[in-house]
Amino acid sequence: MENILNEVLIPLSYLLASILFIFGLKQLAHPQTARRGMNLAAAGMLVAIVGTLFHHDIISYELIIIGLVLGSLIGAGMSIWMPMTAMPQRTALSHAFGALAASLVGVAEYWHALHSGQPIEAYKMTALGFEVLFGSLTVTGSLLAFAKLQELMRGTPITYKGQNVLNVSLFALAAFIFVYLIFDPAQTTLFFIMVGLSFLFGILLVLPIGAADMPVVMSLMNSYAGLAAAATGFAINNKVLIIAGTLDGFSGFILSILMCKAMNRSITNVLFGAFGSPVEDTATAVQGEMREIGAEDAVMQLAYARQVVFVPGYGLATAQAQHVVRELGEALEHRGVQVKYAIHPVAGRMPGHMNVLLAEANVPYDEVLELDEINRDFAQTDVAFVIGANDVTNPAAKNDPKSSIYGMPILDVEKAKTVLFVKRSMATGYAGVENELFFRDNTMMLFGDAKKVCEEVVKSIGGGGH
Amino acid sequence: MNVESIISSLYVFSLAAFLGYQVISKVPPLLHTPLMSATNAISAISVVGAIITAGSQSTVSRVLGFIAVTSAMINVVGGFMITDRMLRMFKDKIGGGESGKKEAGK
Repeated sequence: MENILNEVLIPLSYLLASILFIFGLKQLAHPQTARRGMNLAAAGMLVAIVGTLFHHDIISYELIIIGLVLGSLIGAGMSIWMPMTAMPQRTALSHAFGALAASLVGVAEYWHALHSGQPIEAYKMTALGFEVLFGSLTVTGSLLAFAKLQELMRGTPITYKGQNVLNVSLFALAAFIFVYLIFDPAQTTLFFIMVGLSFLFGILLVLPIGAADMPVVMSLMNSYAGLAAAATGFAINNKVLIIAGTLDGFSGFILSILMCKAMNRSITNVLFGAFGSPVEDTATAVQGEMREIGAEDAVMQLAYARQVVFVPGYGLATAQAQHVVRELGEALEHRGVQVKYAIHPVAGRMPGHMNVLLAEANVPYDEVLELDEINRDFAQTDVAFVIGANDVTNPAAKNDPKSSIYGMPILDVEKAKTVLFVKRSMATGYAGVENELFFRDNTMMLFGDAKKVCEEVVKSIGGGGH
Repeated sequence: MNVESIISSLYVFSLAAFLGYQVISKVPPLLHTPLMSATNAISAISVVGAIITAGSQSTVSRVLGFIAVTSAMINVVGGFMITDRMLRMFKDKIGGGESGKKEAGK
């Protein structure tokens, strides 16, 4: 009976879980079925966990149950009380936890194999090595990304001389130890040095990356966390781990490629994580006068427009201005203005960040347009209303080969008759590049917190309208 | 571990990689964030390994396994719940058309 359970039923539960994951993911990829897909995937997870609880290697349940309950409570708390605007931070933190689990299982597995009296096979050591390498660097890398996103530390790239040389040598050292361990797995000290190096490497990898490049980092960390889980599957010879981990590894990888394309960066850059490398901005300094206006003047522009396009950026998220922007949009629609929302693929701090916020504010799905669609529209737009976005609208990406964002596809807000920028201050965007649009004749600047500025505008429209 | 099981693991890996690529490659931007948090929850499947580790004999393994189970579950439960929260916001609007708008405005 015991045997049937362990040799047939548990593997069957894993097979069922794998099927549920695959179908779940397939449905998650389409808006209409996404929710069902998520439920399937969650059911798969439940099946896998329940199946595992019957495993014959388990001799005591106390710690397992405490861990399951404790983790569920913390996870539930994190997802219930967290504002939607903090989604990137939460996801970064979540990556760190998942990777920590994979990494610890790897360490425990190594420890166990070492003390079982039998030599560790080269194959197993290889899998364990990948597991702790990917796992550990994802833990610290994600934690650092979290710190940057939560603004516990500066979001700007942190660079120093010889950075790339240091990173490459560290990586080479870790790789060398890894290969050495495959031939001589009993070198415990070396193993832990390798783990330590991977933790360190995770930090060094994310340190030079600016907040604006976070969508790439997030996707990459997502991918690494999955690959760590897949390596765990190889190490303990469990197929459901390989399948689930690989699915995640590749979806993260595809997302990072999409993000790179959106910024016109190469895939090699992603693979080796060197994308945040500091670019001395030698671009021509832009000079001129900015035209600052107040909420009343903005109302004049907006209320008599035929078409207004909102361009949200990270500033919208930090100010939590998504709801008031939707109110503004509705007030304008009430007056017969055509309202649209333009989303750049890398606006915000993680893939799809702006879509989530606008959805939270109940902005109708069909008013939200992507880069290619909306760029055809800007010429017929009276007012482009840019809220907390900068680099994704900067024409230097097209005109100035010396600019660090040169080549990135942008939203052509410059083609609109009037451009309104809501900005917290005079400071440059996260890429550190000055935006020449600020100084154009048809550009007007509204300085202040995005939420407050928009509230004022809504109030004026409500009071002065009809 | 014998060579056959290694090879079969590699088969599974390759097929899963191909499948992952096919399934994900045409996801609309609207779903990028939910997709990431859901796959992130799925990748915490390491909880399976963590459970076995936490229930084993050696104290070192049990302590490491306990921490691993806890953090993996944070990831599983947190990931799925936040995905659900997001997809619930989307649901009303995705039907498109007027009825979708009305429901969303409630």
